[in-house]
Amino acid sequence: MEPAEIVQHSGGVIGVSWLMIVLPLVGAAVLLLGGRRTDRWGHFLGVAMSLASFVVAVLVFFELLGLGADQRRRLVELYDFLPAGTLDVKMGLLLDPLSISFALLITGVGSLIHIYSIGYMAHDPDRRRFFAYLNLFIAAMLLLVLADNYLGLYVGWEGVGLASYLLIGFWQHKPSAAAAAKKAFIVNRVGDMGLALGIFVIFTTFGTVAFGPVFAHASQASQGTLTLIGLALLLGACGKSAQLPLQSWLLDAMEGPTPVSALIHAATMVTAGVYLVVRSGAIFEGAPTAQLVVTIVGVATLLAGAIIGTAKDDIKKALAGSTMSQIGYMMLAAGLGPVGYAFAIAHLIAHGFFKASMFLGAGSVMHAMNDEVDMRKYGGLASVMKITWITFGLGYLAIIGFPLLSGYWTKDGIIETAMHHNPILGWLAVIGAGITGFYMSRLFFMTFHGRPRWDKDAHPHESPAVMTWPLIILSVGSVFGGAFLITGNRFMLFLSPAVGRPAELPSFAPFSVTGLVTLALVAVGVVYAWLRYGRSEVPAVAPRGSLLTVFARRDLYGDALNEALFMRPGQWLTRLAVFFDNRGVDGLVNGLAALIGGTSGRLRRVQTGFVRSYALSIFFGAALLVGAWFVVGNL
Amino acid sequence: MTTHYLVLSALLFAIGAVGVLVRRNAIVVFMCVELMLNACNLAFVTFARQHGNLQGQIIAFFVMIVAAAEVVVGLAIIVTIFRTRRSASVDDVNLLKY
Amino acid sequence: MPWLSILMGVPVVGALAVSAVPKGNDRLAKQLTLAVSLIVLALTLVMAFQFDPSGRRDQFSEIYNWIPSFGVHYAVAVDGIALVLIALAVVLVPIVVLASWNDADRPEAKRSVKTYFALILVLEAMMIGVFAATDIFLFYVFFEAMLIPMYFMIGSYGGAQRSYAAVKFLLYSLFGGLLMLVAVIALYSIAGKGTFLQPELIGVIKDPTTQKWLFLGFFIAFAVKAPLWPFHTWLPDAAAQAPAGAAVLLVGVLDKVGTYGMLRFCLELFPDAAKFFTPLVIALSVIGIVYGAVVAIGQTDMKRLIAYTSISHFGFITMGVFAMTADAGSGATLYMVNHGFSTGALFLLAGFLINRRGSQYIADYGGVQKVAPVLAGTFLVAGLSSLSLPGLSTFVSEFLVLIGTYERYVVPSIIALSGMVLAAVYILWMYQRMMTGPTPEKIKTMPDLNLREKIVVAPLLALLIGFGFFPKPLLDVINPAVHQTLTSVHVTPFTPAIPATAEKKGAGQ
Repeated sequence: MEPAEIVQHSGGVIGVSWLMIVLPLVGAAVLLLGGRRTDRWGHFLGVAMSLASFVVAVLVFFELLGLGADQRRRLVELYDFLPAGTLDVKMGLLLDPLSISFALLITGVGSLIHIYSIGYMAHDPDRRRFFAYLNLFIAAMLLLVLADNYLGLYVGWEGVGLASYLLIGFWQHKPSAAAAAKKAFIVNRVGDMGLALGIFVIFTTFGTVAFGPVFAHASQASQGTLTLIGLALLLGACGKSAQLPLQSWLLDAMEGPTPVSALIHAATMVTAGVYLVVRSGAIFEGAPTAQLVVTIVGVATLLAGAIIGTAKDDIKKALAGSTMSQIGYMMLAAGLGPVGYAFAIAHLIAHGFFKASMFLGAGSVMHAMNDEVDMRKYGGLASVMKITWITFGLGYLAIIGFPLLSGYWTKDGIIETAMHHNPILGWLAVIGAGITGFYMSRLFFMTFHGRPRWDKDAHPHESPAVMTWPLIILSVGSVFGGAFLITGNRFMLFLSPAVGRPAELPSFAPFSVTGLVTLALVAVGVVYAWLRYGRSEVPAVAPRGSLLTVFARRDLYGDALNEALFMRPGQWLTRLAVFFDNRGVDGLVNGLAALIGGTSGRLRRVQTGFVRSYALSIFFGAALLVGAWFVVGNL
Repeated sequence: MTTHYLVLSALLFAIGAVGVLVRRNAIVVFMCVELMLNACNLAFVTFARQHGNLQGQIIAFFVMIVAAAEVVVGLAIIVTIFRTRRSASVDDVNLLKY
Repeated sequence: MPWLSILMGVPVVGALAVSAVPKGNDRLAKQLTLAVSLIVLALTLVMAFQFDPSGRRDQFSEIYNWIPSFGVHYAVAVDGIALVLIALAVVLVPIVVLASWNDADRPEAKRSVKTYFALILVLEAMMIGVFAATDIFLFYVFFEAMLIPMYFMIGSYGGAQRSYAAVKFLLYSLFGGLLMLVAVIALYSIAGKGTFLQPELIGVIKDPTTQKWLFLGFFIAFAVKAPLWPFHTWLPDAAAQAPAGAAVLLVGVLDKVGTYGMLRFCLELFPDAAKFFTPLVIALSVIGIVYGAVVAIGQTDMKRLIAYTSISHFGFITMGVFAMTADAGSGATLYMVNHGFSTGALFLLAGFLINRRGSQYIADYGGVQKVAPVLAGTFLVAGLSSLSLPGLSTFVSEFLVLIGTYERYVVPSIIALSGMVLAAVYILWMYQRMMTGPTPEKIKTMPDLNLREKIVVAPLLALLIGFGFFPKPLLDVINPAVHQTLTSVHVTPFTPAIPATAEKKGAGQ
């Protein structure tokens, strides 16, 4: 089935859907411009704006549901954003099942994390600024998913990059945080180059950057052009979603406060790449090569992320590796065409719940353990932090694909589709699932089970209610979300007006070979992790480990590679260029000046001060003139 | 007829020019300059007569006036220099150099 | 009403009044300067609202004979391009005056305080004149005369190496200016129209070789002024030594005369030569974009760093001018305006930092965010505008330039895209080194922005953000003017391969 027509809309809640973006933006502006005056109530304003945005999203969602399925793509025109000679961009919002799914996730999970942050950041003197940035992020992210054209998407795209930069570097006094923030922004900019290039090609091909006309005419473009656009957009997606080869920033990004890691670097922003690929489905479907590359990138990242996750002792970095890996699954699904889109987005939403729940759980643990992140100093926390343990546990079971929990449905859908599409991709995804079972269990057992290995001054305690309630709500989502979305292809049908759907709906087979093998591999991973980290003693200092462990611990040498390939040559180039500019270009100019100065210094010696020699030179000059006149006159 | 006057004018000019180049005494140099100016005047007047118009004569008047002004300024400078340096040789006043 | 003459007259009269203020009454001189510059701003706004974007090319036109025997006129008028640049100049002047309130008081300044402010006003009149002039001779006079006040502002109120910088600036500009003078005279005599009026000289020179030589005469002068690689080395010295306010006017407005001149004179008067030299100019621009950015990364002095970023940005502008597409042309013109605001904010904030710490070396700073959050925050926003973050007006112009260039020249546009990444490196690395990390002892007492400084920065940031989300008012003024320019160059407009919007329009008709 083809996607539905985009219909102009006015009136109703959809007509004012721009409020979703404007409300948090106003919140951010008030908090940033208000300064210290707003310190006392700033966090409440932040939460209120985020919740208000969520309410609007819910109302829009129900209004969309009230329309017929083929009427659910509404375009709300806002204003003439960029009227140039040929390029004329009208800013508008596209409300369709795809964008509203994202909007609900962003504002819903976002609001929960806002609430959680009230408790988590309670002792930070800059809490107001934190909420301002969070609100800014919500606004930018909503613009990203709601814009009806690539330029609006790009504005939101870099906007979330800015918010991510500000929040990773929130504790600016820590040099590592400032460096990580800068790294995230710069690596993202490399991806943004790709996105910008994609937009250039789209514009020069179609003469517009609005989604509607571009997708309607995509089939007329040559396959080469579409492949070029697809690959360029994929580069952008890789940057934002931390996919290979632009993955290196995500692990460093864990320097930010934990709610940030949960919201931006797990649940929402990093999934923007998946959104971009799914949204541009019409382009990718005309470019099989680009689709293939998307799936390859997805599989490579899902394995790389999983391998990194197995070796990290820092709880947040282990979770970050897992995020990479799970987004790899989504990317893989997004590269599989309309069948995969629904699974990709369903997994994205489920992941939003369970990963946010686990990150916030990790934050709760850190909160209890004096901001300690090394899992080797945890252990046995299950007894002192009951709520955190249970909610984290549910998230953990969801991500490894424990039957009937969220991840089971969504991930299995991806694996089955991939298997159907290309068995190699499918089996690699299955292996990834097995590794997931291992590293998540390792993380869970090291943190909550085994004997306590706490520091002397650690007095773990359960977090306050303002922090635990969001955990509880999120874990409910991670338990039931997947089943709700996948059974009866509910989500696929809902999404189909936006992205289309295959003629034949996939049916869920609970006891397929693939599914059973996956479960078996996951079980092996869990048991092995229990033997290594649950039952036996965990050494307080990390053992040296095998070559593979070191390889994983060093992020698969991604940073080393970047350093060797880009940073060091870049530094040399910079030094060379500065030297060349000072000595070469400027040296030439100054040399010319010195030459003229020196020459005139010598020439002025001719001025002896003797009047009669001047008279003689005048005489010769006159003679020369007369002589020249004779010569010329005779010609 | 004209040629004779012009030859005389050229001779006077040459004598003046050589005088300027070879003599050291500022007063003599000055007189040689005057000689050159007046040689020019002679040529002007000669041409005026040959062409039968007044332009050459008028220019000769201009030259005389300029020469008079120049003499005033020049002599004043020479006298001042003589007072301070006790010398009228042009080779002794070479401070204005480089 | 002779709007443009009034706009030039008011600051000149103001300058005379300021220089007549009795000694020891510096405060009055400053207040007077501020008042005059605000009056000029108000007058310009009134004029701008009477401007009709879709109307005649030469609005508010005034023509009087000046030297009739050579056909020299006092002729001024504005189109959309000139109008926005004049607006840029008159917006920046009061901001600079307020920002430099105490800059001329320093003991090492060689001339009196009131002279500094009088020079600013003189410069303002000339900046208005140079953009408004439609007579090439008059343009040349302003083009060269502008050097004089700037020379004194750098040479008398600048940093330690001010003489070197001022002389280098002057000689470099004079070199270019003389080439242009030759070209101006040659154009006059070859055209044989007995006039210097620019509109009457369009399309007169037909011979390709003549066009090329005259083009070069104008172009080199503008390339030095802009500055285009490799004629750029005077800018880092001049900008680093000039007081912050003068640096803003120098980089923000004066240099724009170069790019404006390319658009107005090189393209319109010598279209065939411009097309002939386009590959060369585009190549130089791309080199400038990447080279300026790379050298900026390696700088240790923040004012030099900002100057090098400008060299990179000027590469974008010249690339947009010579891409000769409607999008790139509008983008380049918009870029001139936005760059003035963005670099202006950066230079002024750098000046505030230098006033506090007494050093322009990046290494002498650290952790400023902790003690002066407003200063650091505004510095970050200004920096982000330099790296063209979407939502700030610089993004709009950079995007237009790049996409407009891509329409015609794919590879240069892609190489120039890398400037985006390099810009992130130089800005954020500078921010990281100066504003984050632990706060050293000497910074701990650094005060945050005071009210005057906040008033200086606020309008610039407001303009950057406002035009970032709503650039339409500027673009509506610029687009018709760029269209007219491109019409006189005779370029075929760009058409997309699969015009996806054409049907919609067809249905509507």
